[in-house]
Amino acid sequence: MKRAIPIFVVLAGLLVAIAAANPFFLEPAGFLAFLKRVAPLAILAAGQYFVIVSGEFDLSVGSLVTVEVVVAARLIDGDEAMTWPVLALLVVIGLLVGLVNGLVTTRLRVPSFITTLGAMLILSGAVFLWTGGAPRGALSQGFRVFGREGVWAVAILAVVVVAAVLLMRADFGRTLVAAGDNEKAARLSGVRVDRVRVFAFMLSGLSAAVAGILLGGFAGVSAQVGQSLEFQAITAVVLGGVVLGGGRGHVVAAIAGAFTLEALFTLLNLHGISGALEYAVQGVIIIAAVAVGGLRLPALRLTPSKV
Amino acid sequence: MRRLLVAVAALALAAAGCASDLPPTGASAQPSAAPATSAAASEAASAGTGEQSDFFVQADYDAQLAMRTQTAEGPGDKPWEQAIAPQMVDTAKYKKDGPYHLCFSNAAVNNPWRQVGWTTMQEEVALHKEIKEFTALDAEGKDDKQISDIAELQSKGCDALIISPNTTATLTPAVSGACPEVPVIVFDRGVETDCPVTFIKPIGGYAFGADGAEFLIEKVPAGGKILALRILPGVDVLETRWSAAKVAFDKSQLQVIGVEFTDGDAAKTKSIVSDYIARHGKIDGVWMDAGATAVAAIEAFEDAGVPVPAFVGEDQQDFLQKWKDGNLTAVAPTYPTYQWRTPIIAALKILKGEEVPKMWNLPQPKITQENLGTYLQPNMPLLHYALCGCESMPGFPGKWGGK
Repeated sequence: MKRAIPIFVVLAGLLVAIAAANPFFLEPAGFLAFLKRVAPLAILAAGQYFVIVSGEFDLSVGSLVTVEVVVAARLIDGDEAMTWPVLALLVVIGLLVGLVNGLVTTRLRVPSFITTLGAMLILSGAVFLWTGGAPRGALSQGFRVFGREGVWAVAILAVVVVAAVLLMRADFGRTLVAAGDNEKAARLSGVRVDRVRVFAFMLSGLSAAVAGILLGGFAGVSAQVGQSLEFQAITAVVLGGVVLGGGRGHVVAAIAGAFTLEALFTLLNLHGISGALEYAVQGVIIIAAVAVGGLRLPALRLTPSKV
Repeated sequence: MRRLLVAVAALALAAAGCASDLPPTGASAQPSAAPATSAAASEAASAGTGEQSDFFVQADYDAQLAMRTQTAEGPGDKPWEQAIAPQMVDTAKYKKDGPYHLCFSNAAVNNPWRQVGWTTMQEEVALHKEIKEFTALDAEGKDDKQISDIAELQSKGCDALIISPNTTATLTPAVSGACPEVPVIVFDRGVETDCPVTFIKPIGGYAFGADGAEFLIEKVPAGGKILALRILPGVDVLETRWSAAKVAFDKSQLQVIGVEFTDGDAAKTKSIVSDYIARHGKIDGVWMDAGATAVAAIEAFEDAGVPVPAFVGEDQQDFLQKWKDGNLTAVAPTYPTYQWRTPIIAALKILKGEEVPKMWNLPQPKITQENLGTYLQPNMPLLHYALCGCESMPGFPGKWGGK
């Protein structure tokens, strides 16, 4: 948890800066709006954390979010009665894509970077083929309420955070970190590495489904909804001090990383900077965070620290 | 600790970016397709609208604004066959006997506007028995692919070649190369050569931008706060829309509190508008250079629990529906998708040796409170564009996804 302290310091600094630039942020409605905006990325970061801490990557979540939203709009087509069946289907799609990613990575021994890169391309290609570039149909009001009403989005975020923390405290969490830290040692001590990794991918897929439900609810159907979300999620996780390659880092810090990234974007926007610079900032963060992680490694060997 | 330092350094770097504040209109790094008028560019930013765009050409602006009130020639119930102030050219040298093989190099089908247009064009082809073959290649939004598409189509024995260029400057040489081989018809976006037999377009971006801005100036009281939302900088068809709006706002008593780029993304649009509502409390009007994200922008006001101000959208059904349901003060300038019918009609005229306008300026109506009912079609998909001119075609409404 010690590694996670800097991210909270940075986050606190950013929140103070936002409040100074925009006092509305301190009012309940203003803060709720911020939480609503962070929720999808925070949930994706939690999902991505499971995969990264187990030593893998999931690049497919952005495309998966788009798939979820486009499929939902097409199947619901404005019909309220379809809301719940389609919500259930979205969760199944998310889990299924995660399962396939996990099985291909663990059973076929395809590096997850390649597996999920392939999945990303397949999913975005499939969406393009199916929609021809512009989605059809419409989401129902019952579907949109989750992303439009701040209270719902925050409640879902809270459930995800609690569930993630509980999972990491359970046996699953310990074996997941062990698998990412030292795969051989974990195998020798009886951890079913492949199985926990498949679970991690499924959790990531599930997080994409939930994020898709929130994002689709927030602003409606769009074929660009998931664009570059995978990189934002990975940036958030790395920003939270989680080491790429696995084995180290805390899920709460990864979620705090998502808050920090979104706070940074909000602050840039308040100062009239947006668009292309967001990508540049993300790039600087990802390189800087990994560089610092690399510099720390020798020190860690001298004084073994706990996760 | 070192980690923290770097994180802080990264933030400081980001903060340093704030100091070099970009002008709200964003200086375009792309080569300008049109020569800049330095007089307009150096005009002082008076109403919060920033510097004038490099793409602004006073003569084109004047011509387009004048065209809005000119009467178009041709059948009134078929605006896609009408032309404003046409200067006819002789096409006798292209005359040949049918049946014909028409070819089409399409920039892309990657947004609802182009999808509606593309469907409409295919249905237009189906109306004419004298077209025995119609070959279309989709460049998928890539200049290089379109250049090779145009070359490929020249070897297919086309009787006429229709081109919807992806970008103006880059496609010009490819179009120039095709002109000597086959009669060329360009529509939607232009090219920098007059070698095509005809160039078909609605009046244009200046008229579009001015229609919206003038509506806000009329409806919003003096001193009112206007938020302008643009998709992205550096694209001529969008730059002209904003530059005409800027001219109108600069002359008005309205205060433009922000000019933001949305990337055409609904979620981003909604976030930006929410931020402005939070910062300014009350916004009196929203101008947009394209209506695809208008509903997301309206929802930002709904979700903030404040009244929806005067709005500029476009002729997409979701916006028209919201307009009617919410009884909004709104206007919808259009860039009519019926222009996708005209190139087929033009190609057949050319091959039959009938004269066509050199510059085929189609009427560009706007949807107002008075004619909203005519264009709102609840049986059509939410992303359908009302001005498709396709209602009387045999495949309507099914081919366009309607019920």
